[in-house]
Amino acid sequence: MGDPGTKDVLTLEELEASGNIRTGRKHILSVLVENKPGVLTRISGLFARRGFNINTLSVGPTDDEQVSRITITLDGATHPIDQVTKQLHKLINVLKIRDLEPSETVARELALFKVAADSGTRAEVMQICEIFRGKVVDVTKRSIIIEITGTTEKVEAFERMVRPFGLVEMMRTGEIAIARGRGET
Amino acid sequence: MRAVDAVVECLKAEGVDVVFGLPGGANIPTYDAFYDGGIRHILVRHEAGGGHAAEGYAKATGRVGVSLGTSGPGATNLITPIMDAMMDSVPVVFITGQVGTHLLGTDGFQEADIIGITMPAVKHSIMIQHPNEIPRALHEAFHIARTGRPGPVVVDIPTDLSRADIPYEPITDVHLPGYQTFTEGNTKQIRQAAKALAAARRPVIYGGGGVINANASEEFRAFCRSDRFPVTQTLMGLGAFPAPDPQWLGMLGMHGTRAANYAMDEADLICCVGARFDDRITAKLSEFAPRAKFIHIDVDPAEISKNVPAHIPIVGDAKNVLAKLLAEYEALDTDSSRLDEWWQRIAGWQKQYPIEKSFTDSEDTEIKPQRLIQAVYEATGGDAIITSDVGQHQMWTAQHYHFNEPRRWINSGGLGTMGFGLPAAMGAAIGCPDKTVVCITGDGSFQMNTQELATCAQEGIPVKVIISNNGYLGMVRQWQELFWEKRYSQVDLGKYPDFVKLAEAYGCHGVRLTDKTTLVDDLKAAIATPGPVVVDVSVTREENTYPMIPSGSAARDMVG
Ligand SMILES: Cc1ncc(C[n+]2csc(CCOP(=O)(O)OP(=O)(O)O)c2C)c(N)n1
Ligand SMILES: [Mg+2]
Repeated sequence: MGDPGTKDVLTLEELEASGNIRTGRKHILSVLVENKPGVLTRISGLFARRGFNINTLSVGPTDDEQVSRITITLDGATHPIDQVTKQLHKLINVLKIRDLEPSETVARELALFKVAADSGTRAEVMQICEIFRGKVVDVTKRSIIIEITGTTEKVEAFERMVRPFGLVEMMRTGEIAIARGRGET
Repeated sequence: MRAVDAVVECLKAEGVDVVFGLPGGANIPTYDAFYDGGIRHILVRHEAGGGHAAEGYAKATGRVGVSLGTSGPGATNLITPIMDAMMDSVPVVFITGQVGTHLLGTDGFQEADIIGITMPAVKHSIMIQHPNEIPRALHEAFHIARTGRPGPVVVDIPTDLSRADIPYEPITDVHLPGYQTFTEGNTKQIRQAAKALAAARRPVIYGGGGVINANASEEFRAFCRSDRFPVTQTLMGLGAFPAPDPQWLGMLGMHGTRAANYAMDEADLICCVGARFDDRITAKLSEFAPRAKFIHIDVDPAEISKNVPAHIPIVGDAKNVLAKLLAEYEALDTDSSRLDEWWQRIAGWQKQYPIEKSFTDSEDTEIKPQRLIQAVYEATGGDAIITSDVGQHQMWTAQHYHFNEPRRWINSGGLGTMGFGLPAAMGAAIGCPDKTVVCITGDGSFQMNTQELATCAQEGIPVKVIISNNGYLGMVRQWQELFWEKRYSQVDLGKYPDFVKLAEAYGCHGVRLTDKTTLVDDLKAAIATPGPVVVDVSVTREENTYPMIPSGSAARDMVG
């Protein structure tokens, strides 16, 4: 690009539109917010009003007690992620947003599964649990509770495996994520 | 110092000279401070009136408006003005009373979670939790309301906290780590925009309310005139570029001119300044300006590429960006004659469809509503501050009153709030005491905040209300006529009330006009009458606002 006054010209055909783009993949937004009342309501309200669908959302403290971190996962196939982050940025209590690059991120969620299992099936369920590096945290005569940590994909794969035994209940925290390397998330 | 006295001190430090409100139990402490605090308080008759008055004040002066209400119903009455200020980016600080902290969450008498209720309608809101926070919260509220893209901020003060004694020290700086404004505009992008403009053969400059909010009319005009760029503006932008003017295409959008809408439709480059590609502008989005590339200048990054993807996004304050864009454009070697063909095409539309020909005037004494607006323009010499309500009269005013300066046209664009006009006029008149302020309203809209006539009478606020009286909720009737087989459902207002008597009952001067032949002189006389005046003008009952892009249609399919 030339300096002002130079004659190099631009043709309109060269211009490409930016923004409002669907990336088609899952996004993990790591959002630092001021730890003040109502902040979560502002964020969830914003998502509801603008028709942004949250897949998972988890909130927790950070090393700074004035600041909380909210990790949001959402689908970039149905949402213009740049519009989501720009709208979030407009909230005064939102300090920083990072759209984490999947390959540069470690993401985990915790899930608890209560699976129907009696003496006939318990061994098999426990074997699956072992393969997924899960932990049995409670056993009764007719059920078993298993704790799994991992990526969403892993948790979902585990769910598919145990569902046929009879999934009594399942609880998931939603993902939290942290950037690889020395820099801050 | 009492916390409430600190409130008054903070407002003074922010340069506030007037506030609009109405007291109640929870904010009696605040009102005690206003008793002799040294800031003018206008006692409105409904909190919504106060909220819109604060908006009118802000829009006319460019300063932050202030509106007060008590807890519960006082606060909920403010919801419409808050939302209105959000939609039109109006800087207003709303200070609400709240029940005492010991009652919060108990459904106490007159408790309403106004912070919760207004969350989607505010730029920001602050619930006071400790009395010592009050001064800082107020300064933050003003800072947020005024800067960046302006907007409403609500500060909710529980009554017990407002009675506390606090150590008050003037605050000179606010620090908001999560609040950033982008004012300068990226130089590279601005240069790119200048080049794109130089390359364009069918450019259109499309300005919005942001130009006025940024006080950038002068820069906007200079930039538009740096070449023979055709200029159009949204409803909110009127006045930033003078009408009439050889480069002026008229208003854009649903009831805009054909020249403006057709030019957008055929443009190869659209330079949007401080507007947001609202559906009233784009009409059918998928067919909006199909051949155009877009430069989008806005202070709010979230507006860029929200509805229409931008090719050259520029985030910044219009005043700064336009000055730089002008310099960049002037440094280029451009040839105005490249626009000849474009102007020929535009001139054809202008000639064929001038706005004056959008209606046929009566041949007898009947007053056509469009003629009424022309007459108001003549009677005021085009030099008044005009507020309006919502409906046909609003569109006719936008079309036929030619605004040639910014902050002369005050209306509710984004929310379309009936009842906005009178209180907004009140606020404008208080903010600009040397100007004639005229509220052009409809018989329907006017009744949504008529009570403020009492405020005008008591305070001697000399607004001139002109009612375009068609006995209908006219704009709705028009839609029912055009798209619902004339099934007029619940739009006939009859001949009620008698607006002249009503005006008199409120202590205002009232007149009724029915004769076209003496209209301009009669209006002049009414406007020259001191104090608040209500002019009830009987207009053609079933007149339609044209031209029009029917909703769901594309701009090139305008009718009427
Ligand atoms: C508070 C509110 N309620 C309803 C509407 C819907 N509405 C839009 S225009 C209109 C008719 C307004 O009638 P009037 O003020 O007499 O104006 P006219 O169209 O007749 O000029 C209505 C009901 C609105 N905009 N605002
Ligand atoms: Mg009417």
